[in-house]
Amino acid sequence: MSSEKEPLFSSKNLKLITTPLGAQNPITVQVLGICSALAVTAKLEPSIVMSLSVVFVLVFSNLIISLLRNTIPSRIRIIVQLTVVASLVILVDQILKAFAYEVSKQLSVFVGLIITNCIIMGRLEAFALGNKPWPAVLDGIGNSAGYGLILIIVGFVRELFGTGNLTFPGFGEVQIVPDIMYEWGYVNNGLMILPPMALITVGIIIWVQRSKNKDLVDVS
Amino acid sequence: MDRQGNKYTFLYASVMVIVVATILAFVAEALGPIQKQNEEEAKMIDILKSVSIESTTANVADKYEEYIGDKSYIVNYEGDRQDASPQAAFNVDLSKEVRKPLPERQYPVYECHLDNGEVKYILPVRGKGLWGPIWGYIALNQDKQTIFGATFDHKGETPGLGAEIANDAFQQQFKGKSIFDDEELVSVQVVKGGAPDDAPHSVDAISGGTITSQGLETMLMNYFNGYEAFLKK
Repeated sequence: MSSEKEPLFSSKNLKLITTPLGAQNPITVQVLGICSALAVTAKLEPSIVMSLSVVFVLVFSNLIISLLRNTIPSRIRIIVQLTVVASLVILVDQILKAFAYEVSKQLSVFVGLIITNCIIMGRLEAFALGNKPWPAVLDGIGNSAGYGLILIIVGFVRELFGTGNLTFPGFGEVQIVPDIMYEWGYVNNGLMILPPMALITVGIIIWVQRSKNKDLVDVS
Repeated sequence: MDRQGNKYTFLYASVMVIVVATILAFVAEALGPIQKQNEEEAKMIDILKSVSIESTTANVADKYEEYIGDKSYIVNYEGDRQDASPQAAFNVDLSKEVRKPLPERQYPVYECHLDNGEVKYILPVRGKGLWGPIWGYIALNQDKQTIFGATFDHKGETPGLGAEIANDAFQQQFKGKSIFDDEELVSVQVVKGGAPDDAPHSVDAISGGTITSQGLETMLMNYFNGYEAFLKK
């Protein structure tokens, strides 16, 4: 690595943010974090709040692990990572309970589930352990945003077609499909709010993405 | 020191655990009172919601004082009023009570005097959903058998499915239902596939939320059983 000081937003650094949104998306390309993507996306609101919580946890755990990377004994590195992630998650949970009680009630168990989100451990192990703090932070933003993007798309599609409404944090439920559509015979697809449809929706996103970007297609 | 040696590894792990534990203990201790207040306010909002009084965290304490205040008490399985302060009735922890057998539980009653002079009896209920506890407040009319309003909440039911019990549309169905058929306690049935509009003792279940719906039905039956003696007085 050159000793020259790299600009904060060099093209190499910016790539850390942009590639996880597309060609290296954690959900659609690496197929990580599927479990929570299925669990919380029945409505738009939990999808958004979950995405924000993951952004917070991933950015800070990446930063902390990157700062500690030269001190961590390699034999217990997974345990160290887990401890950092778990503490951050508890911290998020406690802070939400104190200052955003309503939100914490909605997320409830899902906040705890961030600990088991494979993306977080994956990024710590693959990136933060071997890189400086700043790139690690950018990598955290990129990957959690890539995760959040898919979560929000899936939540949007499922809630819209499943219930005809959309829920936004702070606004509550907004009816999107107008009553007149129902009078003409439109029916909500109840299947959309059941877990299998999350998998199918993610599958469709993967299909669309790969048909546009042939590099992602596994030709083996 | 050798960074890969046993000594360093043990030392590292110990220091890390101590640091993390201190931070978390400090945070929990510092935020504890705020969280407790949030929980109490949320409980008051829920209680008032069962009698259709909307409130926010800002004004709930005043409204609770105005409509319920010290008119809450604890009854036992035999329906006799216990010697307990209103504060004690508010503080009864249903998550602990629910583990005891029915005759040993404490049954709080929150009596609400509405603006038009009507008295409503608000009864807390608690039971099991699919993933965790579900709970709620049932407001009964003065006749102690017609439901005036109901509100439910849950810890972690599936969003869009079981979690719908916390939705107004589901809770509205309970209005006007009767929990007694003549003298017999029938509670309210949650019917899969839909209950007829004029059914006096049943409401629609939630599609895809079968286990939560059944848990809710069991919870109601259970708690109405516990309150039966009080309700018949």
